[in-house]
Amino acid sequence: MKNSLKTGLKGRGKFIIGGGLIMAAIIYLIVSATQANAEYFMTVNELKAKGNTLVGQSLRISGAVIGTTISYNPNTMDLTFDIAHVPGDNAAIEMGGGLAAVLHTAVTDPTRARLTIVYNGPKPDLLRDEAQAIITGHLGDDGIFYADELLLKCPTKYQEAVPSQVSNGN
Amino acid sequence: MLAQLGLGIFALTFLLALFSVGAAVAGYFSKSDRWVETARLAMLLTFPLITVGVATLIYLLVTGHYELQYVYSVTSNEMPFYLKITALWGGQAGSLVLWSWLMSAFASAVTLRKWERDRELLPWVIAVTSVTLAFFLALSIFYENPFARWWQTSGGDIVARMFAPAGALPLIPSDGQGLNPLLRHPGMIIHPPMLYLGFVAFVIPFAFAMAALVTGRSDDRWIRLTRRWTLVAWVFLSLGLVLGMRWAYDVLGWGGYWAWDPVEIAALMPWLTGTAFLHSVMIQEKRGMFKQWNMLLIILTYALVIFGTFLTRSGVLSSVHAFSESAIGPMFFVFIGVTFVTSVALLIYRWKDLKAEVEMHSLFSREALFLLNNLLFMGVLIVCFWGVIFPLISELVTGQKVTVGPPFYIRANGPLFGALLALMGIAPLSAWGRSTYKTLGRALWKPSIPTVIVPIVLAILGVRNWVALVGFTLVAFVIFVTLYEFWRAFRKSNLEITKRTQWIVIALLILVTIGFAAWALIDPANWLTPFVSMILTYFMVAIWMLARRNPRRYGGYLIHLSMVVMAIGILGMQVYQTTTQKTLAVGQNIQLAGYTLRYDSLAQFPYTDGRIVTRAVMSVYRGGQYLGNLYPRYDNYPDGQPVTIAGVRSTLSDDLYVVLVNWENVSEAQAPFKVYHNPLINWLWIGSLMFIFGFLVAAWPVSEKENDEGKNES
Repeated sequence: MKNSLKTGLKGRGKFIIGGGLIMAAIIYLIVSATQANAEYFMTVNELKAKGNTLVGQSLRISGAVIGTTISYNPNTMDLTFDIAHVPGDNAAIEMGGGLAAVLHTAVTDPTRARLTIVYNGPKPDLLRDEAQAIITGHLGDDGIFYADELLLKCPTKYQEAVPSQVSNGN
Repeated sequence: MLAQLGLGIFALTFLLALFSVGAAVAGYFSKSDRWVETARLAMLLTFPLITVGVATLIYLLVTGHYELQYVYSVTSNEMPFYLKITALWGGQAGSLVLWSWLMSAFASAVTLRKWERDRELLPWVIAVTSVTLAFFLALSIFYENPFARWWQTSGGDIVARMFAPAGALPLIPSDGQGLNPLLRHPGMIIHPPMLYLGFVAFVIPFAFAMAALVTGRSDDRWIRLTRRWTLVAWVFLSLGLVLGMRWAYDVLGWGGYWAWDPVEIAALMPWLTGTAFLHSVMIQEKRGMFKQWNMLLIILTYALVIFGTFLTRSGVLSSVHAFSESAIGPMFFVFIGVTFVTSVALLIYRWKDLKAEVEMHSLFSREALFLLNNLLFMGVLIVCFWGVIFPLISELVTGQKVTVGPPFYIRANGPLFGALLALMGIAPLSAWGRSTYKTLGRALWKPSIPTVIVPIVLAILGVRNWVALVGFTLVAFVIFVTLYEFWRAFRKSNLEITKRTQWIVIALLILVTIGFAAWALIDPANWLTPFVSMILTYFMVAIWMLARRNPRRYGGYLIHLSMVVMAIGILGMQVYQTTTQKTLAVGQNIQLAGYTLRYDSLAQFPYTDGRIVTRAVMSVYRGGQYLGNLYPRYDNYPDGQPVTIAGVRSTLSDDLYVVLVNWENVSEAQAPFKVYHNPLINWLWIGSLMFIFGFLVAAWPVSEKENDEGKNES
């Protein structure tokens, strides 16, 4: 007891202050890192609606790849293609008859909002017509989306595996 | 028939596990030793039973019974024998079986020990492990049945069911799909069981903690009894993580080892609480403090272990969404919720009994620094947890989906990891109780002198990046402090070595020398790598001799050393990794970090197991000098994912990592390459080898007497 009086701060006080400072530091780290690195997940329609207010912001866009727009130069590795709007939430996708059907209507519907993507790097094998693309990058002043990372999914490739070659027996 | 047998055995074991819970609880409340003994025997019987079930499944896998959905999905005719066995943990259903099997094995091992004065804990240890076992068996029986078979219904649909739907005919495919090619890698063969060993072993200290809470034994007996279990669990979990990193580096072909994806984080989170627990139990043993906190840590670890199992399973999922559709998800959350709430309620019930025996006095005492260590680990845990749940929260609150990627984790965790490094240097020099900044300063000044020189030398050498300067200085600080501690111990000790130890050491040294000599002969151009590794090993053997006096303490220091050696590799990658990409025609060059790589030729050929290998030959030059060839390639399996295998030139100072990008039009005239320059990465793997060694030292059995002596000293 004597000792704690001598140190000025009573017993637990200094530990509470110290612990509080550390918690504050951790919270600060989380908040600042979140603000600096948040990636907004958007559909093409949402992006078009917000327009140029988003220029420079880290974004993640999903859409359906339009096969006829894919152009790739293997020597410079410059890749451009357009994506068409696809609804963002799962319920809407289920309503539209599943991912494959939704992607198909998105690509064949000429009135859908479209976005041009520019990427530098090897062309992924899965980049083909009616694939779902999830693209990380930012929107330029020119309305073109500059991608840092491409993630592609072909719905047909992820169907549940069921044997095709079978023989009835037993 | 075998499938029914397998399921029957699992069902029987499940009932037995439930019975054992009931008998244990009944035995405790009626104070009946006979009931407890019955529960114990029931628990012991689960192990041989599950073993038969697992053996049945392995037999079905090896003999290609493709009428089983699980066998069909993870094996195929052309897969080699050993892969058919390891296919046991190649998918979710089999992984859960492995979990149950390990749980039963560990619980039996614990149940077999002599209980004597701890007998009152026994019924609750049995109850907790049996509940966990019953949960995993229930998942296997009701949701992820590895014995389900293919049926063709009268409507023509193909379904997987355990029992024939009305009017359905059994289907027997002639071949299976085969294990995902990405998993056909040595790292992937041992990585999941290692991780699971770690996960399951953490259930044991949790079970003892719960037993202590229920019975009201507020002393540190449960911690002492499970000390080695905790260490083993933690080491396997660590090795599981490192092996996963190595697998990602070798097989995924993106030049890195850790991507901060949800699966990795799910495996990291129990490691964080486990590491905090490993440290803070020492304070309870030595000072009788942190009792409530330790309980909370082990409860959290258990919850995160179950959560991690749920999220990691086979290790190849890309999104959390894949699970929300499976029936297994809600079951996991219900189980985690119920066990968590029950254990926290128990903890609150006993809260007052778990008061600290001593008050903490000084901010500079060792216990205060351990508390800080715990806070920092919790900080990293909160960062990770926040990163995983942030998208959900922001969607709920603002309706806007927002995610955070690797930069978030690196930025938020970086300073915390830095602080942990600094603490790793300071804490060993602090004293228990009333240490002040003066006494701490006196202990610190000697190792601080060489530390100050490090950033100066680095700056003269041209290092300007402040993360690298701070990081390497902290690394050097921990190394100097640890060596200083070893030096002090060395001066104090008069090494008394038994004949047996002498022979072990001599045999070890001979083996190690032969091993490294062989390595140097196989790859004479890189003689430096085996040479440095050999010196490191000699150094570690010397430390081991010393560490025998207090294995736990010096083993711990060795683990600290291995962690900072890993930190060298991580810093090198974080700060100095560079990359470039180019499409080349044969004869053209690509340059990176002083290296020149020439594309020499391309070959495409089938391999015996049906994959088509596309392989490029590149020659590597530096400063005009030819260094050797690299063979980046990708393998296309008939119906699987392509696997990219990088060509890697690996030395102590850097890795040159070349990827032949998988693209349909790859030819001699145009082939896209990605080249990564990964400085210092090998120190990450060297550190993990040192880590195993540190663990062996820390866990080396010592007699109780020796141990007590060591305790007084620290």
